[in-house]
Amino acid sequence: MTQDYLQRYLFLILGFFGVLSALMVVFTKNPIHSVLYLVLTFFSIAGEYILLNAQFIAIVNVIVYAGAIMVLFLFVIMLLNLNKETEPHKNPYLKFAAVVTGGLMLIVLVGSLKMADTTAIATPYQGQKGLISNLGFVLFHDFLLPFEISSILFLAAMVGAVMLGKKDIK
Amino acid sequence: MSEVVRGIPLNWFIILSSILFSIGVMGVLFRRNAIIIFMSVELMLNAVNLLLVAFAAKWGDASGQVFVFFTMAVAAAEVAVGLAILVVMYRNSKSTDIDVLNKLKG
Repeated sequence: MTQDYLQRYLFLILGFFGVLSALMVVFTKNPIHSVLYLVLTFFSIAGEYILLNAQFIAIVNVIVYAGAIMVLFLFVIMLLNLNKETEPHKNPYLKFAAVVTGGLMLIVLVGSLKMADTTAIATPYQGQKGLISNLGFVLFHDFLLPFEISSILFLAAMVGAVMLGKKDIK
Repeated sequence: MSEVVRGIPLNWFIILSSILFSIGVMGVLFRRNAIIIFMSVELMLNAVNLLLVAFAAKWGDASGQVFVFFTMAVAAAEVAVGLAILVVMYRNSKSTDIDVLNKLKG
């Protein structure tokens, strides 16, 4: 029983930090600070994955998102020398309208889904679904065709990125 | 509430994902810097990933977690191409403000 409450407290703490740093991503002026806050958000989401007994997803989230994609963002920001607060806010109504729109969307989503399923997630401890052997079996057995197709997607993305990055295409 | 407290309720995850997704939508709507807009899109993708993992844990099915892998793969490809487009855009206009992209005339 104590462990269950501990789990809930951990969820609330991680969720609080995640939402706070997500807000800081949006509201910070400096793009580098935004990237660092987004890394913090990804770490709290990885903590939520561990609470859901999805350890491998949590590790992959930290390695791929916080490790690779965010470094790519940082690299581009530093390459383009954007690490200064260069954002002229032309229209003050735009900010207000965006916050109102996002808030309305939040109200609609939460209002329609808050009593969707109030039952607890039942098997937090004995579930073996998030472990790597089970995930690998499902990935290479049920999802083999999408897995192979995603390699074609990566090839296309790689070719596209190289083509876009070239200075002048003959 | 009469039921025994066991674990975290599913709708807490739904609400957390909704909050993160709405923050991402807000960021896409009011930031003018294209890099921040990409980051907000990543935030939305992560909110959906969290929801997929929560449902996978709820129903004891590993397919939801495998879907998260595919989301990550698509996000990685999207970021690679998107940042390349951003570099080209900066090379042409010396800015990553999306307001300079208002003329699609070539």
